[in-house]
Amino acid sequence: MSEMSVDGSKRRFLVAMSAAVGGVAAVGAATPFVMSMMPSARALAAGAPVEVDISKLEPGQIVTLEWRGKPVWVVHRTPEMLAMLTKHDDKLTDPNSDEDQQPAYCKNPTRAIRPEIFVGVGVCTHLGCSPNYRPDIAPADLGADWYGGFFCPCHGSRYDLASRVLKGSPAPKNMPVPPYKYLSDSKILVGEDQKA
Amino acid sequence: MEKVINWLDARFPLTASYKAHLSEYFAPKNFNFWYYFGSLALMVLVIQIVTGIFLTMNYKPDAQLAFGSVEYIMRDVPLGWLIRYTHSTGASAFFIVVYLHMFRGLIYGSFRQPRELIWIFGMLIYLVLMGEAFFGYLLPWGQMSYWGAQVIVNLFSAVPFVGDALSTLIRGDFVVSDATLNRFFALHVIAMPLVLVGLVAAHLVALHEVGSNNPDGVEIKKHKGENGHPLDGIPFHPYYTVKDILGVTVFLIVFTSILFFAPEMGGYFLEANNFVPADSLKTPQHIAPVWYFTPYYAILRAVPPLFGSQFPGVAAMGVSVMIFFALPWLDKSPVKSIRYRGPKFKIALALFVIAFLGLGFLGTQPPSPTYTLISRILSVVYFLFFLLMPWYTKHDSYKTEPERVTDK
Repeated sequence: MSEMSVDGSKRRFLVAMSAAVGGVAAVGAATPFVMSMMPSARALAAGAPVEVDISKLEPGQIVTLEWRGKPVWVVHRTPEMLAMLTKHDDKLTDPNSDEDQQPAYCKNPTRAIRPEIFVGVGVCTHLGCSPNYRPDIAPADLGADWYGGFFCPCHGSRYDLASRVLKGSPAPKNMPVPPYKYLSDSKILVGEDQKA
Repeated sequence: MEKVINWLDARFPLTASYKAHLSEYFAPKNFNFWYYFGSLALMVLVIQIVTGIFLTMNYKPDAQLAFGSVEYIMRDVPLGWLIRYTHSTGASAFFIVVYLHMFRGLIYGSFRQPRELIWIFGMLIYLVLMGEAFFGYLLPWGQMSYWGAQVIVNLFSAVPFVGDALSTLIRGDFVVSDATLNRFFALHVIAMPLVLVGLVAAHLVALHEVGSNNPDGVEIKKHKGENGHPLDGIPFHPYYTVKDILGVTVFLIVFTSILFFAPEMGGYFLEANNFVPADSLKTPQHIAPVWYFTPYYAILRAVPPLFGSQFPGVAAMGVSVMIFFALPWLDKSPVKSIRYRGPKFKIALALFVIAFLGLGFLGTQPPSPTYTLISRILSVVYFLFFLLMPWYTKHDSYKTEPERVTDK
């Protein structure tokens, strides 16, 4: 045995190969653990569309429903509110809704199918809090230049009544509008696109 | 008795370990007040593990049952309130002693060569502790638990490209839900504590290998007596075990006073909103993390979104924690202890402490334009403390270090 010399490069090669194969095995072994952390079939199934009746929603009122575990607002906007939406484009980060935060049929100044009925996902694009509905004009805590909208209590993001973010907010984008369609004049189905 | 010891020693290094870590571990003789907090942190860890085990016996990690099971512990389990309040007060106490322990390292240069690895292990302990605290805070399933977790998990969705998938992976759902609660429970009671205990062991082994620093920042191993022991060192046991028992006594007086008379600490240790069950459709009016996260939270809020993404704020917050790791290599000063450093370091450190405490306060407050402005200024000060350190520690004036430790 003493006559046998050690082939260093062969040994290094074998060690490197064993380590590489072992590494592949480790990734393979880790896969089921990582996969098990993804949403389960039950969590995925919970994302079914939700129906809402808007016949009793008076102008100015808001109703919150749950869709995929997130709050979805339906707001009946008054004509005054709608008039305000067009007057402050210069204060908005994305007045024309160029960011892909809404279905194509809601890429319009009111971000809605019917202007007076606004449907939006009530989750702040900053860090996921749910902003408060503040339709009051110039309240003491929000300042004189507030003419109604959504205010995020977590980090102070401000949105108008079409969920468009105001400049200077920590939130980078407008809040999303979910896919939805009218089943009839007074019924909306949230979670399913309307046919073009 | 001696026979038993001998039998054990032949099979396990019992006497050798006792000597190496207690009776013949020589620690500098000039430890002062600041040297209590390491052993106190160890004791709080034990308190948290013991109370945690007993809380687990009655807690239910289920979104339907969690809130009720915590109230059950508080009202119906005999002395359950005591165990739960000890655990919740212990969490804040842990961060108090760890922050003071870290500050000790800062003023006496305990992170400097040859103790870089002790500092790194310590920082890893701090990170795991933050994870542990975050996962644990979700478990009572109150409003603050829920929305705090929502905000923190969403930090990960700000990561470019993979963010949304990453935050879904952490939650196991598209929102914080039962799946999230269940896995946070697993991480809080198994994964994090195991890692924590391992890191604490590594921290101590590394410490006992190099030996403790001291308020003068000089190496006691440079001067050894004829018996090979450092001239300025005294055995950890009995000298420092006795000293630490005094520290433990005083600490427990303060700890139990809080525990019995102000366990919620005016909303700082346990927030009022957390006594309301989690509601995924209603965000509380004002969300603030528990006090020990607020400095970083204030930095997060201080950074405005850039290029239509909140990632810069998230990145700044991450860097503000991680930058501590670089400390051993940022400090270029020829002396370790603040006693022999010049005015530049002292001013920088004072400003850093003001920034850290100021940000900590601002993080608890609702956002307002004035506060945002102050947060921005303090965030800049915070980062400059680290980034300018190579410069101001190099060009400072210094006093000469003594050869041996002093009696101050």
